[in-house]
Amino acid sequence: MSFPWANHYQPTNPFMRWMDEKLPLPRFVYNAIGAGYPVPRNLNYWWNFGVLAGFCLMIQIVTGIILAMHYAPNALVAFDSTEHIMRDVNWGWMLRYAHANGASAFFVVVYTHIFRGFLFSSYKAPREMIWLLGVVIFLLMMATAFMGYVLPWGQMSFWGAKVITGLFGAIPLVGEPLQIWLLGGFAPDNAALNRFFSLHFLLPFVILGVVILHIWALHIPGSSNPTGVEVKQESDTVPFHPYYTAKDGFGLAAFLVIYTAFVFFMPNALGHPDNYIPANPLSTPAHIVPEWYFWPFYAILRAFTFDFFFVPAKLLGVLAMFAAILVWFFLPWLDTSPVRSARYRPMLRKFIWFGFVPCMAALFYLGGAPAEEPYVMFSQLAAAYYFAHFLIILPIVSMIEKTKPLPNSITEAVLAKNGAAAAE
Amino acid sequence: MVRLIGILVGIFFSGWLLVTLAVGFFTWASEPKVETAEHVFHEHPKALHLASDGPFGHFDLQQVQRGYKVYKEVCSACHSLRHVAFRDLEQLGYTEAQVKAEAATWMVPGIDPVTGEDTMRAALPTDYFPKPYPNDVAARAANNNAIPPDLSLMAKARHNGDAYVYSLLTGYQDQPAELLAEFPEAKTPDGLHYNPYFPNLNLAMAQPLVDGQVDFDDGSPNDLDSMSQDVAAFLVWTAEPTLAKRHATGWPVVLFLLIATVLAYLAYRNVWRNEKH
Repeated sequence: MSFPWANHYQPTNPFMRWMDEKLPLPRFVYNAIGAGYPVPRNLNYWWNFGVLAGFCLMIQIVTGIILAMHYAPNALVAFDSTEHIMRDVNWGWMLRYAHANGASAFFVVVYTHIFRGFLFSSYKAPREMIWLLGVVIFLLMMATAFMGYVLPWGQMSFWGAKVITGLFGAIPLVGEPLQIWLLGGFAPDNAALNRFFSLHFLLPFVILGVVILHIWALHIPGSSNPTGVEVKQESDTVPFHPYYTAKDGFGLAAFLVIYTAFVFFMPNALGHPDNYIPANPLSTPAHIVPEWYFWPFYAILRAFTFDFFFVPAKLLGVLAMFAAILVWFFLPWLDTSPVRSARYRPMLRKFIWFGFVPCMAALFYLGGAPAEEPYVMFSQLAAAYYFAHFLIILPIVSMIEKTKPLPNSITEAVLAKNGAAAAE
Repeated sequence: MVRLIGILVGIFFSGWLLVTLAVGFFTWASEPKVETAEHVFHEHPKALHLASDGPFGHFDLQQVQRGYKVYKEVCSACHSLRHVAFRDLEQLGYTEAQVKAEAATWMVPGIDPVTGEDTMRAALPTDYFPKPYPNDVAARAANNNAIPPDLSLMAKARHNGDAYVYSLLTGYQDQPAELLAEFPEAKTPDGLHYNPYFPNLNLAMAQPLVDGQVDFDDGSPNDLDSMSQDVAAFLVWTAEPTLAKRHATGWPVVLFLLIATVLAYLAYRNVWRNEKH
C-alpha cells in the first residue's frame, strides 16, 4: 500500500523499460526506498537508526563470511585459528575487529531504535506487526551474538556458554537432560562449538529474512513520526529519495566515524581481557560476565536471590530474564492511550526519562559489576522498576493520563514549529 | 485481560524483588563487613607510558628489541610464546639473514631425517618459539604446581596488561607488617612470593628480574625498572604485532569519513533547503 500521491516509477531508459516488463526489481526498490515511498516530512534523528541497523547487519554478514573462510570450529584449534586471523591473514585483524565491534555497534543502534519505539509508542496500532517482528529480530540477534562470542573459544567464551546453557538446567524435570542435549555433552566442548558455529552462520540470514518482513510490514501503514499523528495529506510527506536518503547518508557517515574509531583505536575496549586466555574447563574466571549488550538482562537474572516457596531463585531469575524481553511483545495491548508520541503524554514522558532511562542505565552498569553487595541490592531495585514500568505504570498511566492537544496534521505541527522559530 | 494479567505478573516480579531487596538489605546492614587481605592490599598497576599508547601509538623498535633480549635470556626459561614465529622478528627491524641467524640460536623439537627418532634441531625462521616444558605436568613439577602462562597475548589478557606486566616485575617486596598484623592467616605460604599487583597477592613465580641481569649491546640502562618496561613493550608487540599498522590505517579512514560526514551534512541541508521540517 502507499499513499495516492506517491510518485510512480516511469523508466525512460529503454533497458530499464525492458527490465521493468520482465522483472520489476527496480520498481520494487523505487517503491521501497526510493522516490516512490512517501515519508512524513518531520522525522527527527531518532528515525535514522533503522537504516543504521540494516547497515550493521550488512557489515556483520560481509565480515563474518570472510572470517568463516579462515576460522576453524574445532575446540582444539579454534583459539589458535582466531589468532591466525589476527596475525597471518591479510587484513584479518581489521575484519575481526570490525566484526567484534560491529556486534557492539549493532546493539547500540538497535537499542536506540527500540528506545525510539518506547518514546514515540511506535508499537501502537496500526504498527503492531512491525513491532512484533522487531522483537523477534532482537531475540534472534541475542542468540546470534551469544553464539558468536563462544567461537574464539577463550575463557569468557567457554564460561559464558556454560553459564547461559546452564540456565536451561533450571527448568524443572527436563532441565538437565535438555541442557546436555543442547550442548551435546555435559559441558561446552567440540559438539557445542560446532553447532554454535553452524547456527551463528545460519541465524544472520534468518534475521535478514525477518528484517525484510519488518520493512514489508512498515510499508503498509508507512513510517510513524514524532507527532504520532497519521499522514493525512500530500503536504505531510516527502519522497524517501532524495530527502531521507540524504538524511540517512549523513547519519550513516557520522555513525561510521564513531564505529571506525573503535575498530582502529580501541578495538578491545568493549571486550573482556579474559577472552584472550584459551578456554580452560579447570580454571573458573573470577567474574564471569557476558558481553556488555547482555548486561541489563544478566543483572535481572542475578537479581533473584531468594526462592519463592518451592520455585528456586535460579528458575525465577531465568523466567524474569526471558519475561523482561517477552513483555515487549505485549506493549501494543498494555498501552491503551489514544495518543502515541510521548511529546503529548506528559506523565509517560516523565516516567520514561526519569524512571526507565536511569533504571536501564543502572541495569547496564550492574550487569557487568561483580555479583556482590551492594550491587545486587541496586539491581533488585532497578529490576523491580523495570517490570513495574512496563506491566504496572504503562497500563495505568495510559488509562488515567490527561494528554496534551494534538496538532491537526503533520503539516500544521511543522509550520507551527517553524513559525515559532521564526518569531524568536 | 492482557492488562490484568500483565499487572499481576508485574506485581509478582517487582514485589518479590522488593521483598528480596528488603531482606538482603537487612542482612547486609546487620552482618559485620568481612575484609580480606586481597581486597585491602591488592594494588592497581602503576602508570606506564609506552610508544605504542594512544591513537598515534607505534612500536619503539629499539625498546622492543631489548624486551626480546630479556625474554630470550630470562623469561623463556619458563614461559612459552606460542603465537609468535621467528619470521615475525623481521618486523622488529632485523634483516632476513639476522632472523635466520637468530632462529638458529634456538633449539626446537624435530625428527631425525635418517632414523625418524625425536631429536632437537636448530630453529628455522618458519618455526614458532619453542615451549620450555614438554607438557603441563612437567611445567607444574618444575614450578611449585603452577603452570607458567604463555606470554604471547599477556598484554591483552589482563586489564591494562602492559602496565600489569611492568608492575608485577617491579612489584616484588616483603609482606607489609600491617598486612600480617591485620590478617595473620594471609601470610605468604612457603614457595610463593608476595606481590601486591597479583590478584591474590601471592604467586609461584619468584622475582625473575633484578638490576643488571641482562646486558644490552648499545649500553641502554639495564636497571630493573627499565628492563621491566622493555619486557612490557615487547609483550605489547607479541600480543598484537599489527598494532602500528592498525593505527596507521585508522587515521586516513577516520579523516576520510569525517570529511564525508561534512559533505553528507551539506548535501542533506541542500536537499532539504526548500522543505520545512
